[in-house]
Amino acid sequence: MSILGTRVVRTEDPRLLTAGAIYLEDLRLPELQGAAYATFVRSPMAHARITEIDVSAALAEPGVVAVLTARDLDDIPDQSGAAGAEPLLAVDVVRFAGEPVAIVLTEESYQGEDAAELVSVDYEELPAVIGVQQGLSDETLLFPGSDSNVVGKGGAESFDDAAFAGCEVVVERTIVNQRVAAAPLEVRAAAARWAEDRLTLWVSTQNVHGVRDQTAGRLGLDPGAVRVVAPDVGGGFGAKIGADRETIVVGWAARRLGRPVRWVETRNENLMGMSHGRAQRHTVTIGGSRDGRVAAYRLDIVQDCGAYIRLGTMLPNLTMLMAGGVYDLPRIETAYRAVLTNTTPIGAYRGAGRPEATAAIERAMDLFAAEIGMDPTEVRRVNFVAPDKFPFTTKTGATYDTGEYAKALDTVLEAAGYEELRAEQRRRRERGDPLQLGIGVSTYVEITGGGPEAGETARLSVHDDGTVTVWTGSSPHGQGHATAWAMLVQDELGIPMDRVTVRHGDTDVLKEGVGTFGSRSLQLGGTAVHNAAVEVKERARELAADEMEADPADLVLDVESGTWTVRGVPGQGVSWARLAERAGPDGLSADTKFATNQATFPFGAHVAVVEVDLETGRPRLVRHVTVDDAGPVLNPILAEGQRHGGIAQGAAQALYEEVAYDEYGNPVTATLMDYTFITAAELPSFELVAMETPTSANPLGVKGIGEAGTIGSTPAVQSAVVDALAHLGIRHIDMPATPERVWTAINEARTAQ
Amino acid sequence: MTITVNGEKTSHEVEDRTLLVHHLRDVVGLTATNIGCDTSTCGSCTVLVNGESVKSCTVLAAQVDGDEVETLEGLAGDGGEMDAVQNAFQQKHALQCGFCTPGMVMAATSLLRENPDPTEEQVRMALKGNLCRCTGYHNIVQAILSAAEGIR
Amino acid sequence: MIPARFVYRRAGTAEEALSLLAEHGDDAKVIAGGHSLLPLMKLRLSVPEFLVDIGRVPDLSYIRGEDDHIAIGALTRYHDLEHSDLLAEELPLLANASGKVGDPQVRHRGTIGGSIAHGDSASDVPAVVLALDGVLVVSGPSGVREIPSGEFFRGPFETALEPDELLTEIRLPRPASPAWSFQKLTSRAIDWAIVAVVVQGESVALVNMGSTPLRATAVERALADGAAIPDAAAQAAEGTSPFADRNAGPDYRRHLARVLTRRALEEAATRAG
Repeated sequence: MSILGTRVVRTEDPRLLTAGAIYLEDLRLPELQGAAYATFVRSPMAHARITEIDVSAALAEPGVVAVLTARDLDDIPDQSGAAGAEPLLAVDVVRFAGEPVAIVLTEESYQGEDAAELVSVDYEELPAVIGVQQGLSDETLLFPGSDSNVVGKGGAESFDDAAFAGCEVVVERTIVNQRVAAAPLEVRAAAARWAEDRLTLWVSTQNVHGVRDQTAGRLGLDPGAVRVVAPDVGGGFGAKIGADRETIVVGWAARRLGRPVRWVETRNENLMGMSHGRAQRHTVTIGGSRDGRVAAYRLDIVQDCGAYIRLGTMLPNLTMLMAGGVYDLPRIETAYRAVLTNTTPIGAYRGAGRPEATAAIERAMDLFAAEIGMDPTEVRRVNFVAPDKFPFTTKTGATYDTGEYAKALDTVLEAAGYEELRAEQRRRRERGDPLQLGIGVSTYVEITGGGPEAGETARLSVHDDGTVTVWTGSSPHGQGHATAWAMLVQDELGIPMDRVTVRHGDTDVLKEGVGTFGSRSLQLGGTAVHNAAVEVKERARELAADEMEADPADLVLDVESGTWTVRGVPGQGVSWARLAERAGPDGLSADTKFATNQATFPFGAHVAVVEVDLETGRPRLVRHVTVDDAGPVLNPILAEGQRHGGIAQGAAQALYEEVAYDEYGNPVTATLMDYTFITAAELPSFELVAMETPTSANPLGVKGIGEAGTIGSTPAVQSAVVDALAHLGIRHIDMPATPERVWTAINEARTAQ
Repeated sequence: MTITVNGEKTSHEVEDRTLLVHHLRDVVGLTATNIGCDTSTCGSCTVLVNGESVKSCTVLAAQVDGDEVETLEGLAGDGGEMDAVQNAFQQKHALQCGFCTPGMVMAATSLLRENPDPTEEQVRMALKGNLCRCTGYHNIVQAILSAAEGIR
Repeated sequence: MIPARFVYRRAGTAEEALSLLAEHGDDAKVIAGGHSLLPLMKLRLSVPEFLVDIGRVPDLSYIRGEDDHIAIGALTRYHDLEHSDLLAEELPLLANASGKVGDPQVRHRGTIGGSIAHGDSASDVPAVVLALDGVLVVSGPSGVREIPSGEFFRGPFETALEPDELLTEIRLPRPASPAWSFQKLTSRAIDWAIVAVVVQGESVALVNMGSTPLRATAVERALADGAAIPDAAAQAAEGTSPFADRNAGPDYRRHLARVLTRRALEEAATRAG
């Protein structure tokens, strides 16, 4: 029986549970002996001109090795200039609170904060541009040499109102997909060492190869002169993709000082410096007929980029691509503008552009359903892409591979007991219960693992002791690749997974690779491992044929015992160890790269149940039921774990989390006391239902599962809060649905009635 | 100062402002205990002092002079075999990236010493000072309930 | 993130603590559990030059039944209050409120004296002490004085405690009525109260409705005059001056004070039977 699809506990865990992982701050390598500790001096202002930096007091502090500013970066290529281009250290102007202005290097870690306080920076305050409205006004330009804060535009040049001309009903609404923080538990960290004109960078990252290429690019080095190593990584969620400016400065400072440098930020710095996510304002327009059929949908996006372009001009393109969701819509119009503001730059965060698309269309569907007085599940059913239409090309140009949207919805509704929930809701309304029930339903499709640059690498070697080493270009940080990839090897080669070691995260060992993000790992990285195993198997067949003097076509691998035998000939067969020995010094190995332009489109349906206290406005998530279909499941416990985490993060955005600034651009959520990260006490246990619709995009038939939970849960939970209040005439409440915001909506609705 | 860490007595000179977590990590050399937030919110740095969970980023090393401290490294048996909580965390897939895990395991250990038969609601309330970004807490709660059953 | 440099001294006795405070005066801070002070020091919002650790001063951690009151040592931890049999029996309000403070780790370190001396109007336990007409026993260079809780809380993080004084005991009169309730509204379970309401008998106190814990005197008067619970509770916001923060504006806080007061009075009435 194949090990695939079975509940295998993680082989990673005993080490993590007894000794603890080795995260960047835990590294005690001889190469890092004598390292100086880096502390960044960060701007307290959102927007200001730097008139003077006086480092003398800091330099006089005990243990201070150096204090370096942008002026010291004269030995690397100047990349400043273009609007939105992010410098390594602030040059003349700071554009967001928390922007690095200088780096302080000290002998001991405790000396850094003391010295950084003594770096005296004179700022001349400039007007802060906060929020997209101010950004779009162009009254203050972040880059005065440019003519606008709008640094990206795409989609329709102008909208055509004729699209909605024939509709019986048209609903329009502006909704906010608020700014949130990825907040991995491990903050950003890096260490650097120069030796023999090569830089070794240890980085807490999701993609070592990307960090290598970006670091080399910024420092003007050949990529071969940079080696990037990822130790254990304490979460990323999209925000640890690529080389952040601080990481590159740490690499540069190690050369400048001629000694290793190590850096770990504080949580306060993390919440100001690490890319934030989402931060889109949507105007949705949806039109159709009273029988529930949607004729046209328009999504107008304004992306808050933050102060510099990280992914702020890329993310809305994904949002536009996925704008139509699971629906067969005759007409879709999309457009975006990406605008600079004096806030932390925006990057990827779990879902990265797709949750925004889903939130918009799902809210629009709910608004449309409310307007025509139809059950929100019915409106969805009327408009789903039918199963016989796949592959289905949307009006926005995405080609969905496979989907069973109605089945997903029906399955989740049954599991949730939808009819009974509605009955309970009616009962509570009738008796005027202060604790009202809300039921939120979302259906979603997302995109994972495709596009022109998609691909992943693997190397598989069978050693002459019968063990296997797999090197993967993926860069796991909690997803469980060591277990999953070993299962793939066992399934293909019959070598037990406890004899398989999975390694990753060193650009010198595997020179090419992409990384772990965008729910890509299994379908690309896993397929690369699978293909490597298939290649090794074919090579082994030849070797075994030689060994046993038989025709290769007659050789059979018994995956239960992991031995090769000749068909119809009883006997012991030949072992993998023997074949590896026979293969000679190069071993029994394969290097593979699996690349495809064909993305996959995971889908699902979520039901969230909330209770809202009408008197206090406080919502509470009491149940969450999901179907998340990402094709065949390699290891259910890993897939469920991804879904659980995703659901929690989506619920967190819907109910609690928001990165906020005051009008001067001061961050007011820069600690975990103020950034209201969701805890165990706010969540119920989740109810997951399995469904598996394969894709033909890869030999494993799999799609991505990492972000699905977040994409599905955010609109379901938000919708549930609104639904609890629907009888008061409430149609929408922006996220997060904080008690005060909900109470305000209730008040306004009652005043209006 | 002298503290007993995982059963072994350790003595060191410390700067007055040294935080317990830095003392454990940088001086005693036990790096399983992590720092996640600095503001005693996230619980990654949870260790036991005299058998009770505390956040070691919000305790001065000097404050626990003379006390018994337990960290994740002290839980497993001499042969490395995992204890009931550790084992349940693996069986129930209660960890992903592992960063919150040492604090989570110590918080769970402290809870089960005080309340060997907690309800799900009690487990969730007992974990509110331990943040996890990966698991959505679902499997952590399951693991603690399962460990409690195993210990009983 | 680490505190700025300071000098640390552990006081072996209350007398030693007082003499250290006398010597270092305004530059010194007292630390017990440290869960109010250390976070502020790490953010460098508080930069004391001298820390007097009273955590090991003997005989300051106790919960004792006296003739007409319950005496609680200043170093008694929330955890001990939460699990005290004596409180469960005689003053369940305090045990209940203590169990809702922070998280288990905080309750293992945080002390009742520390919370009261810190003077944060968002803290729950000071409002409990206020509702109970507790008395705070303070030692200083000129001896021991007793401060009624009504005179103790003076402003934001400001109390009647002088820099050279030490809070040693909290005396809480034994409640005459079995009616009590503690209603706390938070967004997340871990959060500080947006507003909380304490009811013991006919006493009502409010958390986070001004710069100090407050007695809801209008409600108490109305109750004394025989008003029905909803009518009395409707006056809960009178005389308060709630501020705005990220969680809530003043209007919402006033509204919550009324709702939670009504719920607290109703629950208390149910308990009284």
